[in-house]
Amino acid sequence: MFVLVVGGGKVGYYLTKELIESGHEVVLMEKDRDRADQISDEIGSVVIAHDGCEGKYLGEAGCNRADIVAAVTGDDEDNLVICQMAKHHFDVPRTIARVNNPKNEELFKHLGVDELISPTRMILGSIEQDIPVHELLHLAALGEGELELIEAHLQGGSPAIGKATQDLQIPEGCSLFAVIRNGIATPLRPDMVLQEGDKVIAIGREDCQALLHEQLIGKEESAGVG
Amino acid sequence: MKTVIVGCGRVGSVLADYFDRAGHEVIVIDPVTRAFDRLPSGFGGSALRGDGTDEDTLRRAGADGADIFIAMTEGDNRNVMAAQLAQEALGAKRVIAKINDPVRADAYADLGIATLCRTNLMADAVSEYLGMPVSGQRGIAVPRGSHPGGEHHEPLVGAATTPEAEATATSPANPGPASHQPDAAPSGSRAGSATEV
Repeated sequence: MFVLVVGGGKVGYYLTKELIESGHEVVLMEKDRDRADQISDEIGSVVIAHDGCEGKYLGEAGCNRADIVAAVTGDDEDNLVICQMAKHHFDVPRTIARVNNPKNEELFKHLGVDELISPTRMILGSIEQDIPVHELLHLAALGEGELELIEAHLQGGSPAIGKATQDLQIPEGCSLFAVIRNGIATPLRPDMVLQEGDKVIAIGREDCQALLHEQLIGKEESAGVG
Repeated sequence: MKTVIVGCGRVGSVLADYFDRAGHEVIVIDPVTRAFDRLPSGFGGSALRGDGTDEDTLRRAGADGADIFIAMTEGDNRNVMAAQLAQEALGAKRVIAKINDPVRADAYADLGIATLCRTNLMADAVSEYLGMPVSGQRGIAVPRGSHPGGEHHEPLVGAATTPEAEATATSPANPGPASHQPDAAPSGSRAGSATEV
């Protein structure tokens, strides 16, 4: 696999290093010459000291034969342009962008970036896991996003407390499969009675999550879910 | 006509003045307040401080449904992103981005943005003056296609709706922390009294 990494900051540096250790062919582009030299000294001559946003240098770096281009600079606009140039100008099959402003995620997806990594979103998700929420928590998207992995924290007022899971009316397109009780995750059996404080792990389509919310959290007061 | 100019440098400020005098509703955005010193004292449009690649900022500045959107900052990529935001998310009708890298300028014309390439413009101007062969590439590359848009092809805002409808349909119910909102509608503020957006 030939991976072109653009941006030699901390993320780009460790990414390049790990990829080389896993036996991939890697080229790293870093426009700051001093930084590029420093990385070359440490991990070998895989660094091109040029701006990866510039079409000419992307071409020289072999972008047209890259299997993956990973744009991991600290600037969203640079990462967008790198991925778009790779995708549309060099026909790279898979592009990955680091996105700092979560608001940009929709635009980037719309403009054809294949995969987005948002550190802001990840940290936000991590923080939200630790604060009591009255919403379904989205843990991950499965496939192309048809199904989502969801966590529901059962708090006082949840209609599911005291009921066995087989007695709940779980909407079509959703399924409950595990419960985390006192920090211990166990597979969910149909006769298991849910308790306050349980975290129920489910998978479900987006369109049936309102019903799932009703069953596990309670009637929704606002329109949005998560 | 509503004209939004991102970047109040030499070219941006001259364009803002031209469009203002031609009777357009002009909104100029620049992250540096001092940049607005370049605007003439009689400038009648709005000068707003903010990041032109930030969707929230552009909306608060009133850039929704602009008839003309020109991205004229120093950064090629900032211009590309601002222009694409305007075209895809804000429903701007005619969008121009200054892209000084000829390869990128050409590539983005293929993706549906009119691009202005200073490198081509100046190289040809100098060559022509000295009687040398010129590239013949035009200063502005007209949009030749539209971006394939990944998994889905429809624009982020419905192309069939009116700009007003788009603005209301796509504006978030709560456009952000209250402290960031301008006190009044961002129109008519004079040069030098820039409003932060």
